[in-house]
Amino acid sequence: MSREPDAARARAREIALRVGNRFVEAAVLVGEAGGTTTMTVPRDHAIPILEALRVAGFDYLVDVTAHDTLKLEEPGEERFCVHWIVHAYGLDARIHVRAWVPEDDPRVETASVLWKAALWGERECYDMYGIEFDGHPDLRRILMPEDFGAFPLRKDYPLKGRGERDNFPVITRDKA
Amino acid sequence: MGLESKLPGFMMSTVERMLRWARKNSMWPMPFGTACCAIEMMSALSSRYDLARFGAEVIRFSPRQSDVLIVSGRISIKMMPVLQKIYLQMPEPKWVISMGACASCGGVFDTYTLIQGVDRFIPVDVYIPGCPPRPENLVDALIEIQKKIDEGKPIETPA
Repeated sequence: MSREPDAARARAREIALRVGNRFVEAAVLVGEAGGTTTMTVPRDHAIPILEALRVAGFDYLVDVTAHDTLKLEEPGEERFCVHWIVHAYGLDARIHVRAWVPEDDPRVETASVLWKAALWGERECYDMYGIEFDGHPDLRRILMPEDFGAFPLRKDYPLKGRGERDNFPVITRDKA
Repeated sequence: MGLESKLPGFMMSTVERMLRWARKNSMWPMPFGTACCAIEMMSALSSRYDLARFGAEVIRFSPRQSDVLIVSGRISIKMMPVLQKIYLQMPEPKWVISMGACASCGGVFDTYTLIQGVDRFIPVDVYIPGCPPRPENLVDALIEIQKKIDEGKPIETPA
């Protein structure tokens, strides 16, 4: 097996096409972004497709995350896009799976049944974007305080927050 | 053959002056290191800068046994309740050093998670500018607190 980047990309693309063809009704779009093979899939088919990739040798889930297209010049199909980045150590190949998720119903199935690594990534994604992962055993905030009332990486959330950082009791010399 | 041989065998002082002298020369720091300033704090404490020369060598990781809280690093909204609790657990008399730009004013992190200066929620005696400050600055801050104690105003700073 060659470790040339081009060869690795070709292998990833071939697997992406092969897996995509198996899910005809999903109309998987195979492309490339920043040198990584991408698969854009409907969110209902994300988990079966990820499972097929796992069987094809993608044993490592690099990250689960999302992005918000609210203030982008080119809007996406929906407001949010969930990303799963999977890597195959044995094949030295990487695929970036993406699914569009609407604002009024931001939920997808959990990938933690396939990779345990998804547990924390999905919690972070929920914490930052408010995307809910159905079937996650413990979907709580992971970075922000439990009583934090917003999803800070959504683009309609102000960078300086909504006063959370100013909302503490003041301890003076007399009180201490 | 030291200075004491020149003395008449006893010295006169007041209890208060005696206390101040004892206090200022044995400041036990409680390190609250949350970022890169903590690295400079460690440097100030180890052999090259040697904070022990000023009586502050006994690092206490229990607030119950410490005199001066060194807040060295950025304080997030999740850490602020912890910092307040630790400050309240320290016995009187107590002093606070706000070390570095982040602890003093939030530094470059003007974001939703970061406290814009710990002095908004706990009293601070001495601020150290810098990002991060050099160990000499921390030594200077400690001497500044010693001066305050010597002048007899240990806990009279604006909250």
